[in-house]
Amino acid sequence: MPRLITKSPLAGLWPVTHGGVALSEVVLEGITSVAVLPGGQKAVDKTLKPLGVAFPAPGLFSENGALRLVWTGRDQAFLLNGTLACEGAALTDQSDGWACLRLEGAAAADVLARLYPLDLRAAAFPPGRAARAALGHMSSVLMRVEGGFEILVFRSMARSAWTELEHAMQHLAARAGA
Amino acid sequence: MRIAGRGLVDPTSQISFRFDGRDYVGFAGDTLASALLANDVRVVGRSFKYHRPRGVLTAGPEEPNALVEVLEAGQQTPNVRATVQEIFPGLEARSQNRFPSAQFDLLAVNDLAAPFFGAGFYYKTFMWPRRFWEGLYEPLIRRAAGLGRLSGRHDEAEYEKAFAFCDLLVIGAGPAGLMAALEAGRAGADVILADEDARMGGRLLSETLVLDGQPGVTWADTVLAELRALPNVRLMSRTTVTGAYDHGTYGALERVGLHLPARPHLPRECFWRIVAKRAILAAGALERPIAFENNDRPGIMLASAVRSYLNRYGVAPGRRVTVFGNTDDARRTARDLMAAGVQVAAIIDPRPHASAVEDCPVYTGAVVTGTRGRKGLRQITIRHGGGEAMIETDCLAVSGGWNPTLHLTCHLNGRPIWNEALAAFVPAPGAVPGLAPVGAATGIMSTAAGLASGQRAAREALEALGLKAPGAALPVAEDAPYTIEPIWSVPTSGGRWARAWLDFANDVTTKDVKLAAQENFASVEHMKRYTTQGMAPDQGKSSNVAALALLADATGRGIPETGTTTFRPPFSPVSIAAMGAGGRGAGFAPQRFLTSHQASVERGAPMIEAGLWYRPSYFPRPGETTWREACDREVRMVREAVGVADVSTLGKIDIQGKDAARFLDLVYCNTFSTLPVGRVRYGLMLREDGMVLDDGTTARLDENHYLMTTTTAAAGLVMRHLDFVHQAFCADWDLRFISVTETWAQFAVAGPKARALLASVLDEAVDLPFMGCAPVSVHGVAGRLFRISFSGEEGYEIAVPARYGEALFRDLLARAETMGGGAYGMEALNVLRIEKGFITHAEIHGRTTAFDIGMGRMVSAKKDCIGKAASQRPGLTGPEREQLVGLRPRQPQDTLAAGAHLFVPGDTVERARDQGYVTSVCWSPTLGSWLALAFLKNGPARLGETVRLVDHLRGLDVLCEVCDPVFHDREGVKLRA
Repeated sequence: MPRLITKSPLAGLWPVTHGGVALSEVVLEGITSVAVLPGGQKAVDKTLKPLGVAFPAPGLFSENGALRLVWTGRDQAFLLNGTLACEGAALTDQSDGWACLRLEGAAAADVLARLYPLDLRAAAFPPGRAARAALGHMSSVLMRVEGGFEILVFRSMARSAWTELEHAMQHLAARAGA
Repeated sequence: MRIAGRGLVDPTSQISFRFDGRDYVGFAGDTLASALLANDVRVVGRSFKYHRPRGVLTAGPEEPNALVEVLEAGQQTPNVRATVQEIFPGLEARSQNRFPSAQFDLLAVNDLAAPFFGAGFYYKTFMWPRRFWEGLYEPLIRRAAGLGRLSGRHDEAEYEKAFAFCDLLVIGAGPAGLMAALEAGRAGADVILADEDARMGGRLLSETLVLDGQPGVTWADTVLAELRALPNVRLMSRTTVTGAYDHGTYGALERVGLHLPARPHLPRECFWRIVAKRAILAAGALERPIAFENNDRPGIMLASAVRSYLNRYGVAPGRRVTVFGNTDDARRTARDLMAAGVQVAAIIDPRPHASAVEDCPVYTGAVVTGTRGRKGLRQITIRHGGGEAMIETDCLAVSGGWNPTLHLTCHLNGRPIWNEALAAFVPAPGAVPGLAPVGAATGIMSTAAGLASGQRAAREALEALGLKAPGAALPVAEDAPYTIEPIWSVPTSGGRWARAWLDFANDVTTKDVKLAAQENFASVEHMKRYTTQGMAPDQGKSSNVAALALLADATGRGIPETGTTTFRPPFSPVSIAAMGAGGRGAGFAPQRFLTSHQASVERGAPMIEAGLWYRPSYFPRPGETTWREACDREVRMVREAVGVADVSTLGKIDIQGKDAARFLDLVYCNTFSTLPVGRVRYGLMLREDGMVLDDGTTARLDENHYLMTTTTAAAGLVMRHLDFVHQAFCADWDLRFISVTETWAQFAVAGPKARALLASVLDEAVDLPFMGCAPVSVHGVAGRLFRISFSGEEGYEIAVPARYGEALFRDLLARAETMGGGAYGMEALNVLRIEKGFITHAEIHGRTTAFDIGMGRMVSAKKDCIGKAASQRPGLTGPEREQLVGLRPRQPQDTLAAGAHLFVPGDTVERARDQGYVTSVCWSPTLGSWLALAFLKNGPARLGETVRLVDHLRGLDVLCEVCDPVFHDREGVKLRA
């Protein structure tokens, strides 16, 4: 039987570093949308408990090791790097719908300040915070993790996101050399 | 002339630059203006209208005269203020609005005709003959008028935009701003200190002030060093705050690379949007000139500018300087010059009782009445108590007092208040919520009081932020009172050529303002538009107040009653390139790529944009020279063998919950609750107003689980519509939905051999009925199969997770090609659907109803749905409606075109006789004819009739037969095979 080979959204692009900020693709082990149905919160919480993550309040994510549950909308969160079977929520596989980009380095927030109209100062947006916000003209989920940021964007637009982020990194690096 | 040992420039670091084709040398820290003055270049450009030689007037961003073009490889930036542009190695600039040179300008002939060129000249003169305006007069006037020119090429340079957030934004880093930033910085607030200058310090850099017993510059540098060391303070130099907007948002323009030789990726400018909880405006004040006859000669400068050039840049703008001013402040100029060893010819003070302690001739109660020296001041005439006198002088330092830089306080509609004692407007309290003006920006002119006001405003801001002020002591500084007796203009000699300039940048004289008043343009807003005063790049920064004072005088009103024109953002020019940073070319919008993109490109398919998506137009094969050949082949391929097309761009929405069926019944005009599991149904969605919103198919995957598809064009629109309906009308329903458009790669497989092709990739054979769906295993990958058709052939859509998309596409193509099939693109897809009479958004364009497209009966009578009530309004059904029909030319080879209009043969072709219009056309290789879909009045009742298709744009006039829109396989035999 022939086998279909898989391709990640940013296949062919290798990590880049400019001015001490590094951009790379993260290949996640699955994304599941967990949309809590009316009256389903208790059942969902019960299922989540043994996984060590809690259903996040708006603008936050909860994580346990690689497993992460990030708020993405009203009564909706994405479970990253894991799967779930539970009552009380509509579950939808989103694994192939998103690309995940990681931005690391001391000036990572300054790079994002060129693209996001968000207050990303450490006090306002510490690790554990997430935002559903526009990256340029693209819908995205922005998460602050230890050492940097992780960004989910639509798979089809991942290359545009990469290009815009790399431009911002290059601009910043050129300033530093000024 | 450079004066050794003075100034803050670095004489050990010499920089070469070019101006008007000549090489010059300046020092690090010089602006183009200071470096040119140091090299005794006096004429730096020609004036806007009269092409008079002009020199540097100011030392700051308000400069109206010294506007130059900065040249870079293939590019030129016009209207750059020489007083702002820093010199750097390799800088090349040239004067503008002159031909052939600034020294000799042919259009200076305009100056001789000056008596005719007053305000309103063009409106009065070029009236006749009327048709000459556009072709002759306007181009000529535009050629003659200033200022700089563009290269005419795309600006390929890089720009940036960025966002910043802070507790306190301090605008201006003069003494008051520094004091405010220091107080707030020490308290731990997040502070942004923005200053438009390359070096912070404000007037401390230009004056010989003493703070705490040390030079003002030393104090400023000490404070800046402390601020720089604080992690919570961000210093943004070369950053002009250009606008105040709602909710504490400020626009700011940073000059990032304009002072440096170009290098890769370095942005020229960055446009910032700064959100601040509190802001302090410490923008200082702008000195204003006095209007007197021929006051625009090179060498006549603002007194504060003379001090700036002397004290900051170590440049004496003249060898024998005269000072003309009505404040004590102007006297500093003479004292500083004399201390530097520059000869002061005289001090001319219009105040009769002013002091006369300086060691030079002082004329009190005197004014300047005239000047001489075409390309540089040589002599002035003064009138004093004892009569007239001539003074030989090559530089005249003028001061008519100061105007607080209050522009930002007016950006939210605040109106400034006239202060009689200062003879100036001051900011209205609370004009911009959260913004506190301090120091000279609010009319506080002494250094000590300015420092105190900065500290006080910072403390108030800290209190509002809930932070404790550190309570530092204020430095000791001068606290001289500011006394002024206003003088706006000196009457001219009255001749026809006698002019006193107000607005140097737009060549507006006192005469023009008086003429405006005389011709009843008496409102300040009308005067501005009639004379163009205040409309140049400098926005009248040095001329507005004097102009309205003259207008007040001419109309017999006071200044407060006359009022000011409206200060709007931006405070100083912002390049569009900076505001639109990143949006050039492909940066305009994100690009959406299919998983099959690479495979399509490899096959030579031209990619066309469909919204943000890039889709293959057609797949050319060797020997095919036009798109039509490829398209015709692809259509025949689908009709006779099998074709594969990537249809992943269609919107896919996963809908779950016990109320999912109920929800679909609400949003679709037809019924979905009755759809069996494993089946697909075509659905039509209406807008609230009864017009068609979108169409598509929805599959029932499980009892409470549906998968909706939308058109590519309306995917986002439908998602938004569903969200709205859910949140507004049925928020409590057991219902959740989410887009899965990006999750699945989906391919249409159509044609008589479609079933055979699919059988070769599926692990287990599936026998689906028409409009059936089932989970399948594709080479071991879990996928979905739908039996639906947009081509009229036996058709399927096969979906796999997007990561397998490219592999499956390549596999399907390879297999299809061995069966006489292959890939088909958008062109063929369009032909196939027109042959079959399927609609797209060309037909459901927002003004058609379900009735119009022949689907009126789909609006279920048994239930309600969004748009149903509105669709039943009178006028939305009936024979007067234009309804969907097919058209075939009587001569099959006659070309048709979408957009053409339809008429009854024999009728005149005019709007009133219009019978309808064409929405889609194609050449049908299947039927050997052009075909069209069209909307025709009472169309379905007119089958067989002949209509006349007219397209004036493409020169078409074709007789067509009205027919059923389904041209191919009307019974659907092939579809259901």
